[in-house]
Order: sequence, then structure tokens, then C-alpha cells
Amino acid sequence: MVSRISDTVTEPRREDRLPSTASSAVKIVIVGGFGVGKTTFVRSVSEIRPLTTEETMTQAGAGIDDIAGVERKTVTTVAMDFGRITLNDELVLYLFGTPGQQRFWFLWNGLFEGALGAIVLVDTRRLEVSFDVIGRLEEAEVPFVIAVNSFPDATSYLTEEVRGALDLPDSVPIVVCDARERPSSRDVLLSLMRYLRTFVTTSEST
Amino acid sequence: MSTSDRDWDEGGPERLYVITGGRADSTEQADLDLVTLIVSREEPKAGIQPELAAILRVCRSPVSVAEISAHLTLPTSVISVLLADLLADGRVEARTPASSRPDIALIEAVIDGLQNL
Ligand SMILES: Nc1nc2c(ncn2[C@@H]2O[C@H](COP(=O)(O)OP(=O)(O)OP(=O)(O)O)[C@@H](O)[C@H]2O)c(=O)[nH]1
Ligand SMILES: [Mg+2]
Repeated sequence: MVSRISDTVTEPRREDRLPSTASSAVKIVIVGGFGVGKTTFVRSVSEIRPLTTEETMTQAGAGIDDIAGVERKTVTTVAMDFGRITLNDELVLYLFGTPGQQRFWFLWNGLFEGALGAIVLVDTRRLEVSFDVIGRLEEAEVPFVIAVNSFPDATSYLTEEVRGALDLPDSVPIVVCDARERPSSRDVLLSLMRYLRTFVTTSEST
Repeated sequence: MSTSDRDWDEGGPERLYVITGGRADSTEQADLDLVTLIVSREEPKAGIQPELAAILRVCRSPVSVAEISAHLTLPTSVISVLLADLLADGRVEARTPASSRPDIALIEAVIDGLQNL
């Protein structure tokens, strides 16, 4: 069944429209394992109800041609949640939540390119999911902070214990958050931005 | 992994192939970031491809490529192909994202904006 595009399009609600003066946008990526709170985080700080965008990964099929002679391809699609914060009349911040598992890394190309940085959401019950993600971010030279999402049934660790377990240098900020609370999520974003500021001020003063 | 109120069109690759006139290949995509802001410069004319008309309507105020994808429930790769058409003859305008090497002024602007939240 081919559906008509007009049936599926939603226009932005009036109250969701950006000012016409909006001229540039920046992005921050929220990355973490399944169920760690990525969508919750995006929702708590976003001014719009989180939206979903789809990315496709195309792989050539095993030599099956269809009637039009077009090579059949396997298209894998993965959805990403994102939200938005209007920072001022000109500047807009977008937040993208993306899964950390290695098989989703194909999403990362367009995502981290040009991103200010990343927030690695961590659940202390499953720290191991974060190892690969952190390694990959370090490799790609994407600045990041760690946000430990506090789930009630998780043992609370000192941030220095988390630092040790994740083998992170002292310079990487580790903060505890409750992704359901807007002020808490906002503070995580602020800690990333303040961390970024230290790079700029350090390099400018040398 | 994520839930949305509306299901994505499961039209499959054939449908996407039709929408882009078979140009889903990366050479035909406009060089756009997920957060490039797109703004329409005109209203859709009669007889225009429905997907292009939908983009022109969605972009009456500035809207990111990611949001266009969400509103049309089409992958960003397809949106980029459609936008290449609209950009080529000036029916939309693209406002490129701030540079990835943020300067102090940009960082301070983000911090100020977040503090006002
Ligand atoms: N107590 C507590 N619960 C949380 C927190 N963040 C998220 N949750 C809960 O954890 C569950 C999963 O959160 P999601 O935001 O859906 O996680 P996700 O990372 O988007 O999950 P996937 O997209 O499925 O990988 C939900 O029931 C949330 O309400 C938190 O900071 N504290
Ligand atoms: Mg989610």
C-alpha cells in the first residue's frame, strides 16, 4: 500500500515554530545503552514534544535484481529521538538521543559531525555498555561528559568510583542526574558547555 | 528503541525510490547537516510533487532537516535529495549550522540560553 504523503505530514504547531530570525543551530548528542534514559532526558529539557527521525543504512542485496533492473538493497532503518531548545532569537540547540551499541555506530557519521559534544548517559548497574562508546568518542575526539542516571534500585557509587571503573582521566566531568527532571538535565548540558569552555580558554591563553 | 504516536511508513525501499525519482544515491543529496535550518521562500505551486509541497509548508518558519524528516516521516537521506531540488532553484533557503569548532562567544551564548531555561 502506498500512502499519500498528505495523510502523513504533520506541520509544526504554531507554538512550536522557531522565530523567523533563527539563523544557526548547534547539536549535542545523548548517547547510552538501552533503557538508560536517553528519551527521558531529551523530553525533560526539550521545548517541543520529542520528534523521531529515521536514518537508513543501505547494504547491497545478494545479487537479486527486480523487474526494473534496479539492484535490490537491504535497507535497515533506525529511529533517533530528538528535541529542541531555542537559546535566543538566533541560536537553536538540538539534542539527539542515540543508542550506544556498536551496531548502531553507522548512525554516528552525520550525527557527531559538527556536534558541540556528547553526554554519555550511564546506568551504574550496566557500566560495561559505556566502555565501547567512550572509546569511540575518544577516538573521534568528540568532547563528552558522563551523566550517571540515578535509578532507585542501583547502588550509588561515588563519582570517583565510576571514574575508576570507566578508566577516565580527571579532566572528564562526571555528574549525577535524574533525567526525568528538567533542572537536572539542564545542569548536565551546562556541565558539558563549561567543560567545552575550558578548552577554548586554555588554547586562547597559550 | 523509541516510540512515536504515528508509525513510520513501512513503504520500503521501492517507495523511497519513487519519491526521489531514483536518486537516493549520495551524489544527489544536498550537503546538509541534521540541524541545517531550512526556510521556504515561496508557497507550493499547483501540480508540484506532494513531498516538495509538504516541505514548503512545513518550512514556513525555520525548521531543521531532522524536523522535516520527522514531520514527513521520511528518512533524512530522502529529505536531502528533495531539498537539493528546492535549493537548486531557490524555493527554499538553507541556514548552515554554527561551526563545529565553537568559539567562546558561541559557548557563552549556549550557556546563557540554558541558564534562562
Ligand atoms: N529513576 C529514574 N528513572 C529513570 C531516569 N531516566 C529514565 N528513567 C526511566 O527509565 C525508563 C527508560 O527510560 P528511556 O528514556 O525510555 O530510556 P532510553 O535510553 O530512551 O531507552 P531506549 O530508547 O529503549 O534505549 C523509563 O521508564 C524512565 O522513566 C532517571 O533518571 N531516574
Ligand atoms: Mg529511547
